[in-house]
Amino acid sequence: MQLTLEFGGGLELLSNSVKIHNVNVELKNGAEKLTMKDLLAWVRTNLIKERPEMFMKGDSVRPGVLVLVNDCDWELSGQLDTTLEEKDVVVFISTLHGG
Amino acid sequence: MEEVADTKARKGGARLCSLCDQRRAALKRPKTLEQICRECFYKVFEEEIHQVIVENQLFKPGERVAIGASGGKDSTVLAYVLSELNRRHNYGLDLFLLSVDEGITGYRDDSLETVKRNEIQYGLPLKIVSYKDLYGWTMDEIVKMIGLKNNCTFCGVFRRQALDRGAALLKVDKVATGHNADDIAETVLLNILRGDIARLSRCTSITTGEDGPIPRCKPFKYTYEKEINLNQICTYAYFKRLDYFSTECIYSPNAYRGFARELIKDLERIRPRAILDIIKSGENFRISTNTKMPEQRTCERCGYISSQKWCKACVLLEGLNRVCQSWVLGEAKALIMMAERK
Repeated sequence: MQLTLEFGGGLELLSNSVKIHNVNVELKNGAEKLTMKDLLAWVRTNLIKERPEMFMKGDSVRPGVLVLVNDCDWELSGQLDTTLEEKDVVVFISTLHGG
Repeated sequence: MEEVADTKARKGGARLCSLCDQRRAALKRPKTLEQICRECFYKVFEEEIHQVIVENQLFKPGERVAIGASGGKDSTVLAYVLSELNRRHNYGLDLFLLSVDEGITGYRDDSLETVKRNEIQYGLPLKIVSYKDLYGWTMDEIVKMIGLKNNCTFCGVFRRQALDRGAALLKVDKVATGHNADDIAETVLLNILRGDIARLSRCTSITTGEDGPIPRCKPFKYTYEKEINLNQICTYAYFKRLDYFSTECIYSPNAYRGFARELIKDLERIRPRAILDIIKSGENFRISTNTKMPEQRTCERCGYISSQKWCKACVLLEGLNRVCQSWVLGEAKALIMMAERK
């Protein structure tokens, strides 16, 4: 499944300072849908090159990281249960810094 | 834009904004758990700040106010919201941007670029004060001298004074900072963890230092950090970019506040109201009459406000200069020894 992933707020430093990634994510064997939970695991394995604990805590993103799916707060679409579709845009923004 | 919104409507659960019932809901407010659209969010966000300003009488017409501007998301949004509300509700304020240059290469020089952009975007005059000018040391130099363990203590103390001196140079009546609800809740926890009763009794006040030269206020006291972020992100999504600078200070990983921040973030996930409730608890602490509180006096070395003979900044500077001297002496001794051996 083709997806566009964006990192911001300093998270890009974890993925070789690349902010925008156009990726192709394989669904798990036998799986019909791709959920955010699956995607997070995929990102951690394939895109995060250092300090994964800054991106994720357990199954979900570290508290303080905002997630938008197609410009919508993922809290609205079910957080980890959000299902993704072809060409979706997912944005991860870290807010753990001074202001 | 709207067509895409319709086909992807299921992403927001096809829910309409609970406030206007017209547009698609784009986010869930942490404070109220309402699902609302961007336009309503901007409106609600800005009007709530206006209410806080009015109810707490933060400003008076004709006042000169400096906005502590670091280039980060909080102070950038504060600069925008204050100048907008000043216009919309005729506060009659003279607004300025005040920035502190701690001399951290690769961090502060970048964020100062953001503030310079803000100066142009919002038309607010900017003043920058630097540690080098005020104290003779940059943070880069300080960290080289003392390492990464207590550097945040230096920076925090120096910055507070630097803001006051900058405010005095600008001849303003008040300083507004972008501290948000998360920050204040963290501070309450920090002070409890450290047993700092004096600070605990002051840290939840929305205005502080009224008995000093220049009072400070925190219009974002009841604003969740997440909402400030959502504000930024909504604008980013709409390409009306509110620029802000967004990385962690390179010297901060060991700061004690980091632990309080993690705790607050974890708490927020389970029970978002915890942040405001911690602030409420802090506001209602009463100090036992038996507790001895420090007295306020002035520093004998520089005249700044202090609870001890010397203010913390002077104590720290003296320490720095002594370490520097002994280091210099040590180097000199080593050179002499090398010369004698030859």
